[in-house]
Amino acid sequence: MKATRNFFDNIRPCFEKGGRLHFLHSTLEAFESFLFVPKTVTAGGCHVRDAIDLKRTMTVVVMALTPALLFGVWNVGFQHYLSVNQTVDFWSIFLYGLGKVLPMLAVSYIVGLGIEFASAQIRGHEVNEGFLVSGILIPMVMPPDVPLWMLALATAFAVIIGKEVFGGTGMNIFNPALLARAFVFFSYPSHISGDAIWVAGLSNGAGVVDGFSGATPLARAAAGNLPFSGMEVEKMFWGFTPGSIGETSTAAILLGAALLTFTGIGSVRIMLAVAAGGYLTGLLFNLIGGSAYMNMPAYQHLIAGGFAFGAVFMATDPVTASQTKTGKWIYGFLIGVMAIVIRVLNPAYPEGMMLAILFMNAFAPLIDHCVVQANIARRLKRAKQAKI
Amino acid sequence: MEKEPFFSAKNLKLLTEPLGRSNPVTVLVLGVCSALAVTVKLEPAVAMAVAVTAVIAVSSFIMSLLRSTIPNRIRIIVQLVIVSLMVILVDQVLRAFAYDVSKQLSVFVGLIITNCIVMGRIEAFALGNKPWPSLIDGIGNGLGYGMILVAVSCCRELLGSGTLWGYRVIPSSFYIANGGVYENNGLVILPPMALILLGIIIWVQRSRSKNPAKR
Repeated sequence: MKATRNFFDNIRPCFEKGGRLHFLHSTLEAFESFLFVPKTVTAGGCHVRDAIDLKRTMTVVVMALTPALLFGVWNVGFQHYLSVNQTVDFWSIFLYGLGKVLPMLAVSYIVGLGIEFASAQIRGHEVNEGFLVSGILIPMVMPPDVPLWMLALATAFAVIIGKEVFGGTGMNIFNPALLARAFVFFSYPSHISGDAIWVAGLSNGAGVVDGFSGATPLARAAAGNLPFSGMEVEKMFWGFTPGSIGETSTAAILLGAALLTFTGIGSVRIMLAVAAGGYLTGLLFNLIGGSAYMNMPAYQHLIAGGFAFGAVFMATDPVTASQTKTGKWIYGFLIGVMAIVIRVLNPAYPEGMMLAILFMNAFAPLIDHCVVQANIARRLKRAKQAKI
Repeated sequence: MEKEPFFSAKNLKLLTEPLGRSNPVTVLVLGVCSALAVTVKLEPAVAMAVAVTAVIAVSSFIMSLLRSTIPNRIRIIVQLVIVSLMVILVDQVLRAFAYDVSKQLSVFVGLIITNCIVMGRIEAFALGNKPWPSLIDGIGNGLGYGMILVAVSCCRELLGSGTLWGYRVIPSSFYIANGGVYENNGLVILPPMALILLGIIIWVQRSRSKNPAKR
C-alpha cells in the first residue's frame, strides 16, 4: 500500500500544471482516487461530508452485481451445453460462459471508459466514475450472442448521446445501460429478440438437439404456452432459463438487493414499489381474465424475465429515479404497472421492463415536481389554519 | 440613384449566410418537421430540397413585388394564397415528371405550405426588400435547408439501408445474412435518430463557431 502511495506521490509532479503529462492529469486523478480516498478537505463554511464518496458507492453496486454476474456467466455455459445435449463438469460450463461474457465486459469497458476519459480530458473535468457500474450493466442486459461491434456501438451511443451530451455522470435523463439496450433493440431487433438468440451458439445451430427451444419463459407466456409447472417456476426463480446474461436468476439478484438495502445505497422504496406495482397489476389481470397470459399467477411475473433485475439495479439508479420519498413510491409503482401492462397486452414486446423504466425515467422529474408542490401547498394550508 | 449590380457583395451575402451562420434549420431551428420526415432516403430529400427552394424563392419574389400594394392587415392571407399556389404548382410538376418521388414524399409536398421557413422569410425579408434580393434570399434559405436535408439523409440512407441514391454502397457480402459481420441499423430509419443526427449537426456547428443564435 505504501509503495503505491509513494508511486503516486513520485509521478504527481509530471501531471501538475507545467509538467510534461499535464494533459493526462484527470486520468491520474481517476486512478489515484480509485485506489485512495482523496485527501481533499472542505475549507471554510460548514459542510456535512459523508465518508463514502461516489467511487466507493459504485464499488458497492459492483459488489451487489457480482452474484448475478457470476450466475449469468455460468448460465450462459449451462444453457449452451443443454442445447447441444452434452454433460460436462462445472468448470467447463463456467469457462464457456466466461469466454462469452469476458469479451463483452472488455468491449463495454474499453469503449465506455475510453469515451469518458477522452471527454474528461477535453473538458478539463475529472473522470466521472459513473461508468464503473454501467460498464457491467450493459453486458448483463444483453443476450450472450450479441455481436461485439453492436455492443461497442450501443455503448458509445449510450455514453455520448445518453450521458455526455447532458453533462456527464449525474446529469443524464435516461439510464445509460438501458439506453444501450434500447439502441440494440431498435437498431438490430433480430439480435435481441426472438427465440434463437438467448442461448449462446443456438443461432448458428451447430450441434443443437432437435426440438430444443431457446424461448425465454416470457416468450413462452406471450405465445400462450401456459401455465408453468411447479418445477419450471422453481427454475425461473433460481435462473436456469434462457435470457439476458444477468437477468435470469431472481435468487442472485435478491442477494444483490440485500446488499444494496443493507448499505443503504439502493433505494428499498423503489424496489418494493416496483414489485408491488407489478404484483398488483398481475392480480388485476387475473381478475379480468380472458387469456392464458392474463391468468398467469401474479407472482410469476416478478421472477420472469428482467423484472427483478430492472427493479433492483435499473430502477434504483439514483440519477434517473425520483428524488423525493413519495416520488420514489409513485415512480417505482408505475414502472411495475407499466412493465406488466406492456408484457401482457403488447404482443410485439414480450418484455416490458426496459421500456417501462426508460419511460418513467422521463417522468421522474415531473413526479418530483408534483410531490414538492403538493408538500408546499399542504404546509401553506397548515400555516394558514394555524393563524386562525 | 445608381443601379446596384445583380451580384453585389450584399446580395451574395444573402445567398451564402443561410448556408452557414444563419442556417434556417440549425440556427433558427425552422422546418425541422419535414427534415425528420423526408430524410430516410437521399432521393426524396433532394427533391424536397429543390421543391422548398423553388417555393421560397418564387413566393418571396412575388410577395416582394406586391409588398407596397397589400394592406398590412390582410398580408398573411395573401401570403397563404401565393405560397399555396406555388406549392400546388410544385406538386403538379413533381407528379408529372417524378411520379415515384412524389409518391414517396406523399403528404409532405402539400405540407411545404406549413414550413416555417417559407412564411418566415416572407415576413422577415421579402416584405421589406426589393424583389431581386428577396429572390436571392429565398434561394439561399432554400439551399441552406436543403444542405441539412442532404447531410441527414446521406447518413440515414447509408447507415439504414447501405445504399446511396438507391445504389448499393455497402457490398451485400458484408451482411450477416450472407456470411459477413455487418447489419443495417434499424434505428437510423426511425424519426428519433433523424432528430439526434440533426442535434449532432447543430452541436458540431455550435462548437466550431460561437453559438450563432446568441450573436
